[in-house]
Amino acid sequence: MSETTTEPTSEAGDTEAHARLSTAPVEESGSTAVPGSFGGRRAPGPWGWITWTAREITGWARWFWRQLTSMRTALLLLLLLSLAAIPGSLIPQNGVDPMKVEQFREERTTLTPLYDALGMFDVYSSVWFSAIYILLFVSLIGCIVPRTWQFVGQLRGRPPGAPKRLDRMPAYTTWRTAGQPEEVREAALGVLRKRRFRAHTVGDAVAAEKGYLRELGNLAFHLALIVMLIAFGWGELYKSEGNKLIVEGDGFANTPVQYDDMRSGSLFSNDDLEPFSFDLDDFRATYAQSGPNRGTPRTYEAELTYREGVDGTEKKKVVEVNKPLEIGGTKVYLTSHGYAPVVTVRDGKGEVVFSQPVPMLPIDQNITSQGAVKVLDGYRNPQGEEEQLGFSTVFVPTFAGKGSGTMFSQFPALEFPVLAVAGYHGSLGVDSGILQNVYQLDDRKMKQFKDENGDTLRKMLLPGESMELPGGAGSITFEKEIKEWANFQVVRQPAGGWALTGAIAAIAGLSGSLFIQRRRVWVRATAGEDGVTVVEMAGLGRSESARLPQELGELVGLVHDRAPTAPDAAPDPDAAPDPDAAPDPDADGPDSKGPDADGPDPEGRDADGPDPDSDPADSPVPSPEGADK
Amino acid sequence: MTTLAATTNESLAQISNVLIYSAMAVYTLAFFAYIAEWTFGSRSKVARTAAALTSGKDAAEPAAAAPAVTVKKAGGTTVLERPEVVVRSSGTSRADVPDGPGAHGGDEQGDLYGRIAVSLTVLGFLLSFGGVLTRALSVQRAPWGNMYEFNITFTTVAVGVYLALLAFRRNVRWMGLPLVTAVLLDLGVAVTWLYTDSDQLVPALHSYWLYIHVSTAILCGAVFYVAAVSTILYLFRDSYENKLATGGTPGRFATSVMERLPAANSLDKFAYRVNAAVFPLWTFTIIAGAIWAGDAWGRYWGWDPKETWSFITWIAYACYLHARATAGWKGRKAAYLALLAFGCWLFNYYGVNIFVSGSKHSYAGVE
Ligand code: HEM
Repeated sequence: MSETTTEPTSEAGDTEAHARLSTAPVEESGSTAVPGSFGGRRAPGPWGWITWTAREITGWARWFWRQLTSMRTALLLLLLLSLAAIPGSLIPQNGVDPMKVEQFREERTTLTPLYDALGMFDVYSSVWFSAIYILLFVSLIGCIVPRTWQFVGQLRGRPPGAPKRLDRMPAYTTWRTAGQPEEVREAALGVLRKRRFRAHTVGDAVAAEKGYLRELGNLAFHLALIVMLIAFGWGELYKSEGNKLIVEGDGFANTPVQYDDMRSGSLFSNDDLEPFSFDLDDFRATYAQSGPNRGTPRTYEAELTYREGVDGTEKKKVVEVNKPLEIGGTKVYLTSHGYAPVVTVRDGKGEVVFSQPVPMLPIDQNITSQGAVKVLDGYRNPQGEEEQLGFSTVFVPTFAGKGSGTMFSQFPALEFPVLAVAGYHGSLGVDSGILQNVYQLDDRKMKQFKDENGDTLRKMLLPGESMELPGGAGSITFEKEIKEWANFQVVRQPAGGWALTGAIAAIAGLSGSLFIQRRRVWVRATAGEDGVTVVEMAGLGRSESARLPQELGELVGLVHDRAPTAPDAAPDPDAAPDPDAAPDPDADGPDSKGPDADGPDPEGRDADGPDPDSDPADSPVPSPEGADK
Repeated sequence: MTTLAATTNESLAQISNVLIYSAMAVYTLAFFAYIAEWTFGSRSKVARTAAALTSGKDAAEPAAAAPAVTVKKAGGTTVLERPEVVVRSSGTSRADVPDGPGAHGGDEQGDLYGRIAVSLTVLGFLLSFGGVLTRALSVQRAPWGNMYEFNITFTTVAVGVYLALLAFRRNVRWMGLPLVTAVLLDLGVAVTWLYTDSDQLVPALHSYWLYIHVSTAILCGAVFYVAAVSTILYLFRDSYENKLATGGTPGRFATSVMERLPAANSLDKFAYRVNAAVFPLWTFTIIAGAIWAGDAWGRYWGWDPKETWSFITWIAYACYLHARATAGWKGRKAAYLALLAFGCWLFNYYGVNIFVSGSKHSYAGVE
């Protein structure tokens, strides 16, 4: 990378003329950062030790900072970040699907400890992943800040004056005109300003520049990335997210105790919860009635009545899958649904001990569902003892097992509902403190009801039918009313607006940075030896571009209209370089030192960042020059 | 009423299938025509590259330094003619290597076959476009609900991009053969393994963001693909030029093929420009996806495998752009990055759907 080295020695030179077309950082040569030697010898005595150490520390710190904010490091960190994101997409993640993680843990007992140690189940919040992106963003800030100052400096300053040899520029032309040099310069100034160039006269030439938006766009883009990251991080820290299953007719108030489960960011507090409540009035689902995908869902609609604040006025809203209810910064999403058959349980005396809808958990596309009816208290067995009852149930909205007796559904809507029940008595084990799955029966401390043959007592019930428990133990009824339930995800993730703003700014900035070309144009007008004015015009872009010569051509046309070619000037190739012979590199010595040697400003430091000339970066739109050469 | 609608839909779906199969047949013919173009083109004996590179070497010697100048002479002798702009190619000596004449190699018969091939490609494009359109009509929505539909749309758009470039007089006919080959493979995969009967959308896909996000994703993919083909050819052509520049003699087959391609420099630039032009759109695609995810699932970013791979792809392309823009990783190294990035895109497109289970993007329903 030797050709991209800046030469600090030329700092004293005509800085303005060589101001860079881009504020892109120039790669350090490395020679300034020889580890461990930051100049100076260690003087004797404690003071000497202190100064030496301080020098050593600051030296290292500066070296480290320069490395971190160098373009090469940024590139490496970017690559690392994309590599680091891969495992999280292949290994189950806690944040995405905790059930899968559990399954993985059970199946791969040897890998699990290793993965645990490496944080493989939480890649995106792991130390190493965070380290990479934090470094990247520190590097980004370290990159943006100096470039911003540099850019402000360029905006404050004026376009640099014309280089000595305009004919060495990528696009060049010259002609002779009858007007005075001042008049030509004046005309050129007018033309360029009209074309919204920043232009002024320096010495015998007009210097103009345009396309600052490129730089601005680039800075805006990188800044927007930082905004997005902060917004995302903020959102993660303060977010809360929970689920609530609601049966038609029931409601929910937004307090932590009402959630079925809840997760929140590490800085979240319960006071952050928006006060509101809602009831599920009705749930409607429609399904494909025919065709190859019969049974696939078409629409889901949940009709809600909601109240903002503690007791606000009631409002209605239909929530669909992509259309959440929004209250303040909280959104209520519809995520799943199922059936909740109403079940009534009576004791031996015929008294109702349980009567309510029981939500069942769908296990397939056609909503074959499993569930459990748990009678926790209020039941006494025929002997008069207090006991708990449990029923494991399978529910199908459209029974398909006629004749075979197997319980599965062939259509998700309620066309032929059947509930299969099997009963237990004893202790449900709910008090034992272990979290119980509401959809499953823990039968470890329960006894099955048996029929007269000693077989398990189970029965398939149609709506309205009952199953008698043996020995006068009571009955269970599958009521005609079957309700539906819907699961709602209640999410609050602040700073989403910031993330979106950052995203939009990023796209705008990126487009500016990729599609706008920064370029300079010079118009020199001098009196030739024979007194006829020689006009020279040249253009320089950050890259070799098809549009630059074209644009220069247009400008030339405009200037030429005001300062036309002098009629019949005596041919004098020495005084007025004619296009055919124009650029003659030999005049300036060998021209073979590689791209930079024949750069735009051969004298002085390389003004245009790392490698301006051979950089085709600037006009991304395929142009004739790209492929049509 | 529903049955009537259903039957018209099914017959439309039937028409769509027929159109897709016809497009495949026509692309196959185009494939052979491109082959013929290349074959006839091999009769020509162009060897401009070697000449350019050798003279380039001479140029490196100061004494013989021929300035890299293209001079456009002012027409005639009219004095008042506007002065012409002199363009000075200031790149490396490689910047002056001329582009090859294209697959036909200047051979007249080859050129004829090339033109036939392009005409057939246009016909194939129209047929597959019709296939996508009738599919869309049959399902009464955008035809992007499953992998089969993605694929037929994707190939249509990829060929569309190629034809659009041709229509804008870009020199891209050399891309015809690799493009049509890939399109045939892709369609083959679509009709044999990915075919899904026409159907409407599950509720999770009901959103206008579907139109925005998926259509831009498909367009980006097609454009990235075009750039990737160019990048691969750049790598071959670059090795070829390197070999010539160092005095080696590439094999006859290599010479015959490579001489007809554009110069490495042109291929590289073309690939860069295409990639850079579409990168903001790809950024937009991901953001549109995030907005949609926010509407559908309650979080705009959740590291779902599909999201993660979009992110990886995005970072990989950003790497490539950085490498090109500033870091001095130009040429082959940057090209490898570009291919890596395209590999990520491919994996996101096929791999995640096929190998990674549990993505929310599996379009199974509400969860
Ligand atoms: C999240 C990480 C980053 C992403 C996604 C990103 C993306 C981009 C993109 C897409 C471009 C446009 C390339 C072009 O102009 O052709 C760009 C340009 C640039 N980036 Fe980054 N960047 C990141 C981090 C950084 C860092 C850490 C630095 C500092 C070392 C940096 C410095 C630059 C510079 C100087 C340019 C402009 C080059 C020019 O003037 O053309 N970027 N970046």
